[in-house]
Amino acid sequence: MIETDILIIGAGPCGLFTVFEAGLLKLRCHLVDALPQTGGQLTEIYPKKPIYDIPGFPEVLAGDLIDHLMKQAAPFKPGFTLGERAEKLERGEDGHFLLTTSRGTVHKAPVIAIAGGLGCFEPRKPPISNIVDFEDKGIEYIVRDPNFYKGKKVIISGGGDSALDWTNFLANGVASEVSLVHRSKSFRGHPDSVQKVLDMAASGKIKLFTDAEVVGVNGGDHLTEITLQHADNSHSTLETDHWLPLFGLSPKLGPLADWGLNIEKNSIEVNTFDYSTNVDGIYAIGDINTYPGKLKLILCGFHEATLMVQSAFKRIYPDKNYVLKYTTVNGVNGF
Amino acid sequence: MEQTINITVIDREGTSHSLEAPTDMNMNMMELCKSYELPVEGTCGGMAMCASCHMYIVSDHSILERNDDEEAMLDQAFFVKSNSRLGCQIPITPDLDGLTVQLAEVGS
Repeated sequence: MIETDILIIGAGPCGLFTVFEAGLLKLRCHLVDALPQTGGQLTEIYPKKPIYDIPGFPEVLAGDLIDHLMKQAAPFKPGFTLGERAEKLERGEDGHFLLTTSRGTVHKAPVIAIAGGLGCFEPRKPPISNIVDFEDKGIEYIVRDPNFYKGKKVIISGGGDSALDWTNFLANGVASEVSLVHRSKSFRGHPDSVQKVLDMAASGKIKLFTDAEVVGVNGGDHLTEITLQHADNSHSTLETDHWLPLFGLSPKLGPLADWGLNIEKNSIEVNTFDYSTNVDGIYAIGDINTYPGKLKLILCGFHEATLMVQSAFKRIYPDKNYVLKYTTVNGVNGF
Repeated sequence: MEQTINITVIDREGTSHSLEAPTDMNMNMMELCKSYELPVEGTCGGMAMCASCHMYIVSDHSILERNDDEEAMLDQAFFVKSNSRLGCQIPITPDLDGLTVQLAEVGS
């Protein structure tokens, strides 16, 4: 079990800056994020895009801002549980929270800070009504272990890098048969990967269906065939063992919607005094919270994080007095 | 008021909303819908990276063509048709007066 003072859900910019501000108050932090890397939407969606409204940075790339925040937090040695979604939250007998992730990792802390941004990033699922019947029974949205497809017939959908890369990988000595289905004629992945796929299609190593879309899935206990719709609205079926719809990720509020928090339009309501939620001991900061006048800006999230840790400190150490100290005077004294 | 144009947005239930859109506020169609609290998330903030502002152009207006970012995102979206666009990539300009769009379904 991982124990800490403030358990931060979401390792985006607000979560990372919380580590620094908490560290100045000698509070330790641990971050949990569903994505395998830190940075949240900044590294997942737009790492190479410039941001112009971070005070003191006339221009900074989103990915670089995350690098800076990681460096700023480093003296306070934050812990990370990455690639695991915060799933279940309970309160122990001592009043501390117990948080279990999608992979069963248990964390314990007196304070929870939800810095969940847009929510958890989850795979986009094609709008086929019975698709859920075959999830993990032939339909997988993420390739966890490529060897799982050894000797199998695999159909991949999508036109981006992940569809192209897995087509390339699985067609070379892994799957027995690989087909790629893409809605348009052109691919938008790396030119190298696109060329490899086109070459394999030309030599017959893979089957390529462009201007086509999977519109139906069928089978018994396990997926056995999919239905394709072509540009002329005609249909055809393909036998398969697996279908991998790889259409990228989109954010969902996820399990924290069931933690008893007051939620309005996918955001958590907070008190602007200290960004506390209606559940004692749980705070929410950054893009995931809402209050009158809320602006979804990174710089506002930094402010919220700073005030929030003051309140968390008083909660954890009710008898200690705290006097604001300036980093310029005292420096940054890590753990 | 001469800088304001009229735009009709049909929501996912089929109800038409007649919106007054300013052309001098540097706004796009996603932002316009949000400002009227229509059900458009605009999750990525307008970077053509989430498709939550996916809409169909219903009226016969010629609009600035899709750029690469928009094409790439529409490749990953669902319910895409030939008249599909991302609202965040459509700046509101005077020549869009009378435009009608329909909000696309959102996938799960």
